[in-house]
Amino acid sequence: MDSLNALVVIANFVVVPGLAYGSQLALGALGVTMVYSVLRFSNFAHGELMSFGAMIAVLLTWWLQAQNIGLGVLPTALIALPVAMLMTIFLALATDKVVFSYYRQKRSESVTYLIVSVGVMFTFGGLIRFIIGPADRVFTDGQRFLLKARAFKKMTGLNEGLAIKTTQGVTIIVAVIVVALIFWFLNKTKTGKSMRAYSDNEDLALLSGINPERVVMITWIITGALAALAGTLYGLDKSYKPFTYLSLLLPIFASAIVGGVGNPVGAIIGGYVIAFSELFITFAYKKVATYMLPAAWAPEGLVQLLSTDYKIAVSFVILLVVLLIRPTGLFAGKTI
Amino acid sequence: MLPQSTHTSFEKKRIPVLFGIMAVLFVLVGQLQSWNLSLAILNLCLISAIMTLGANIQWGYAGIVNFGIMGFAALGGLAGVLVSMPPVQAGWQAGGMGLLGGGVIIVLTSVLAVFVWGRIKHITRWRYWMMTAVILSGYLVMRAIVDPAVEAIESIESAKAGHIGGLNLPILVSWVVGGIFAAGAAYVIGRISLGLRSDYLAIATLGISEIVIYVLKNEDWLARGVKNVNGLPRPVPYEIDLQAEQWVINLASRLDTDVPEMSSIIVKLTYAGLFTIVLLMLFWLFETALRSPWGRMMRAIRDNEVAANAMGKHVTAKHLQVFVLGSAVIGLAGAMLTTLDGQFTPASYLPLRFTFLIWIMVIVGGSGNNFGSILGGFVIWFFWIESEPLGLWLMDVITAPLSETSALRGHLLASAAHMRLMTMGLIMLLMLRFAPQGLIPETKR
Repeated sequence: MDSLNALVVIANFVVVPGLAYGSQLALGALGVTMVYSVLRFSNFAHGELMSFGAMIAVLLTWWLQAQNIGLGVLPTALIALPVAMLMTIFLALATDKVVFSYYRQKRSESVTYLIVSVGVMFTFGGLIRFIIGPADRVFTDGQRFLLKARAFKKMTGLNEGLAIKTTQGVTIIVAVIVVALIFWFLNKTKTGKSMRAYSDNEDLALLSGINPERVVMITWIITGALAALAGTLYGLDKSYKPFTYLSLLLPIFASAIVGGVGNPVGAIIGGYVIAFSELFITFAYKKVATYMLPAAWAPEGLVQLLSTDYKIAVSFVILLVVLLIRPTGLFAGKTI
Repeated sequence: MLPQSTHTSFEKKRIPVLFGIMAVLFVLVGQLQSWNLSLAILNLCLISAIMTLGANIQWGYAGIVNFGIMGFAALGGLAGVLVSMPPVQAGWQAGGMGLLGGGVIIVLTSVLAVFVWGRIKHITRWRYWMMTAVILSGYLVMRAIVDPAVEAIESIESAKAGHIGGLNLPILVSWVVGGIFAAGAAYVIGRISLGLRSDYLAIATLGISEIVIYVLKNEDWLARGVKNVNGLPRPVPYEIDLQAEQWVINLASRLDTDVPEMSSIIVKLTYAGLFTIVLLMLFWLFETALRSPWGRMMRAIRDNEVAANAMGKHVTAKHLQVFVLGSAVIGLAGAMLTTLDGQFTPASYLPLRFTFLIWIMVIVGGSGNNFGSILGGFVIWFFWIESEPLGLWLMDVITAPLSETSALRGHLLASAAHMRLMTMGLIMLLMLRFAPQGLIPETKR
């Protein structure tokens, strides 16, 4: 019984939030990885692209709420999501046309792209704050919990409760569907295969008659859609605040690099690795220890490896360790 | 294409003309807004210019992408606290031994880790797990010793102190110490990460600088964390003392301003003088370095690493050298900033303001040119501050046809303050596209 209670504590405070946060990171990292493997640069503007998508979703949700349109138990933002994705795709394509395509023609070095993407980051950041302002926006509605802690206790008779927020459930389900779609696209369709070929060997792909501009366009379409999705899901789960997306950029890069930049499977696994290590390392094991150890050994302190204040710092440390020990990531190789 | 002759004559005049325009802008702000504001902007321009010089020696001379400027500036700021504040004796008595013990454990663990690594390097399967075990046990012992000490220190007069204080030395000493702190950190970071590809280096340095800020925000025993340290000693007289001085009163009446205004202007001018001395010294140093064989070697490495390597230059060692040097300059500027503010506020260190804005300064000014760095620091900081009133004015003009009560007009006016981010981004993108060399391009030597 005690060990079951301990498991529920871990499930409630680590596993469920970790799965949701990991899915958000994985979707973000997938976008970073796509840009990296086809356009060959680390896109510092990706966080702001996510923020832009979430902003559109917030604005549309407000409008829908004003029209009394909703999804009942599910958050209204799900209706707004497709439009947010389209708008973000449009922004990504426009940015490519106006900014990045010039450097592609010039065949600039990847470090030039990197610095250009910082300029894009500033511009997007300004645009977003100009439209919606820097304040914190909550746009979640519908039913708050899929499973309430008290209901779980009643159902199982355990001392500890397990709560699952609706947003967490939605995040995980949407992430699974989207990831499945992406892999189907990359592995089964002709366009997907041409993308993989292009990322694998640019010259060979060109010789085989693959149109590079089309590949780039599709990459930005996928990246924009993923960014809007990741940004909106993160905003739904926490709350929408423009500047958090810049600090989210590092865990996302960390996920992409830990998994092996350019590798989609790696990006997804990297997302969960980062999310779970953040939570496991900053989790206070006091309650678990109280259940698992004899009463006399019960700990007085929080039994925490690192204070929760350092949560995001954990991902940077993992990033550094991976960069130093195995810069190619867990799943080596630069292939989509 | 312009004829070659006009082109070169413009080149020669470019530096004085651009700096002249900058001077006119300061006079305009002084006349139209206030001289106090103009000097306040000037002081931060000087500090920005020094940071930009530091970043330029890394990117412009050597092609190293350092996105960790914020962390080095914050370490310099920390030096301001640790050097100039009076020590908190009670804090040292309560937890000094614990902290020192923790420091000893960290050193011992590192030595042990290096020693063990030498022994187990060949065991490919288990070496990382064994290393983790060594480091983790060292960490746990350290925490066991340090945690009670930290708690003891933080509980002493937590409203006012709650940290270990400093050395009670003049704050000008902290400028050197800040440089040393940043150089030390840069040495460790550089040794670890300079071998990485440029975009990984960018991400790694950005991550490390975030970790530095996290530590400064959360380790209250060090510099009070987000509770901030206020009232740092100043290297210049206080306004209130100046106002009692007869010569200040006389000067104020002769220049037709009031005494408080005058005293504040004198204080700002003194700061500006101190900063200018530092800037000129660094500028001279860097110009000399750039002209020397060392500078030629750096450019050779930047332009073709493989060839430089083949000529017998130790590329990684030189990269480390220039990384440490540039970071030291950024740390120095960070300490100067804390001195000017008179307080240390870890929460104010944001990557946009401290890392990426400095990068825009380097790019816009002209990477690889020290004049360009200074100009970039001046121009960008000037517009970073002035884009707000300018944006407001512009919005007012644009939205004038709309009625006073229009919601759109209200929103646009309220959002004008956020124009600066977009302006900076657009300036950077336009420069990169149409004048990638910057305002003052690198001179061919």
